[in-house]
Amino acid sequence: MVSSRRVVLPGLLLFSLFAVFWTPRAFAQENPYIVAYDHYLEEPGNLEIEYFSTFGTQRGGNDFHAFWVEFEYGATAWWTTELYLDGQTTFQDSTIFTGVKWENRFRLLKHEHFINPVFYVEYENKNGADKILKEGEGHDVESDFLVSNAVARKDHIHEVELKLILSSTFKGWNFTENTLAAKDLSNSPWEFGYALGASRPLALKASAKRCTFCRQNFIGGVEMYGGLGDQHSFGLHDTSHYAAPLLAWNLPSGWTLRISPGFGLNDNSHRFLLRWGVSREITGFGSMVSRLFGGRK
Amino acid sequence: MKAIVAALAVCTPFLAVSLALGQSGNSGKPTTGEARQYDPAIYAELQKAPEKARKRTNPLQNDPEAVAAGAILFEQHCAECHGDAGQGGRKGPTLRVAEVQSAAPGTIFWVLTNGVVRKGMPVWSKLPEPQRWQLVSYLRSLGRLGPPAESPDPKP
Repeated sequence: MVSSRRVVLPGLLLFSLFAVFWTPRAFAQENPYIVAYDHYLEEPGNLEIEYFSTFGTQRGGNDFHAFWVEFEYGATAWWTTELYLDGQTTFQDSTIFTGVKWENRFRLLKHEHFINPVFYVEYENKNGADKILKEGEGHDVESDFLVSNAVARKDHIHEVELKLILSSTFKGWNFTENTLAAKDLSNSPWEFGYALGASRPLALKASAKRCTFCRQNFIGGVEMYGGLGDQHSFGLHDTSHYAAPLLAWNLPSGWTLRISPGFGLNDNSHRFLLRWGVSREITGFGSMVSRLFGGRK
Repeated sequence: MKAIVAALAVCTPFLAVSLALGQSGNSGKPTTGEARQYDPAIYAELQKAPEKARKRTNPLQNDPEAVAAGAILFEQHCAECHGDAGQGGRKGPTLRVAEVQSAAPGTIFWVLTNGVVRKGMPVWSKLPEPQRWQLVSYLRSLGRLGPPAESPDPKP
């Protein structure tokens, strides 16, 4: 019997390649955040395909390269749903698939306000070798990553993660604060974490000419994230924290590039995380799928 | 492996629902491959702009480049739903009707900023204020083109 992974993963890869190169694209005005979220959801009916990499240093062990693909779909103007596929390579060890995540974000208020809340809920089905560091939570520390892939992958984790995203936009700046609570569905305590972010386009006015290198196409920012312990020992002790400057470049061709060097802020953190990502937004994906199955023309 | 298959089995129906909602929930009205039929009720949101927002003037109204910049922004962010020249599209209504063209610049800016989230139009406050005003300048310039041929005359 052919392994499901051998069918599903290459299938998704082929679908992604087709989607990003042969479908209508939209100019995306993407923020530069990689860990933090703001209150802007995907436009309804659009699909954004994103690839991200994280290179991380590891004291006392092998450095790693973790990677993930996101399929982000705007179900409605108030609901965005997203599927993640994660993997990692630990140098001088192995490359493995580490899990699947399904994330949903719901805009809670109809209109814009000074602070805009978004509710986030995610289900994670991953193994213990997951190293994408997409959030800081609980007492996660650098030394947790010393376990070899062969051992870590045997640990299966089913986790639910909730976030409250509070985001404001003021004079071109976006400020966002994410509070996280995560629960391994086994008998583990609730774990907590946070992410903060600020960003701004390099120019607020758009150019009257089409351009690739205009300042308004670049958005700079910074984010900070880390763990806050768990329900039995809440606080900053034995937690890891990171600060990372960010830059996003929204190209007129529909692609967005992001780069972010991250720095550990205490001895429990990886010293350095280099993240980069590329994404492309596909307009009218929902309509295309609908037509494929005989829906409205 | 079983875990991956189980996760995909759980996710797929929900993704299918979201796709279906993405099709039906965007506008609250059925869409067609052509421009949407004229429906004055669609423009009711314009009446909801608060007085303070309505009175705001366009700081770029005398900027000679505002319309050209707004046209590029419109093509990048709005044309997908509202049509290449604002004539209306599968998901969004025409913007060349009297309801929009006679609305105060501040009203159009308010709708851009807040969207019409429950009817499928996202908020556009992620565009900085000057870019939203450039869009307002462009939208107002569409009035010179008149209402699209396929739409009946606006009702009073």
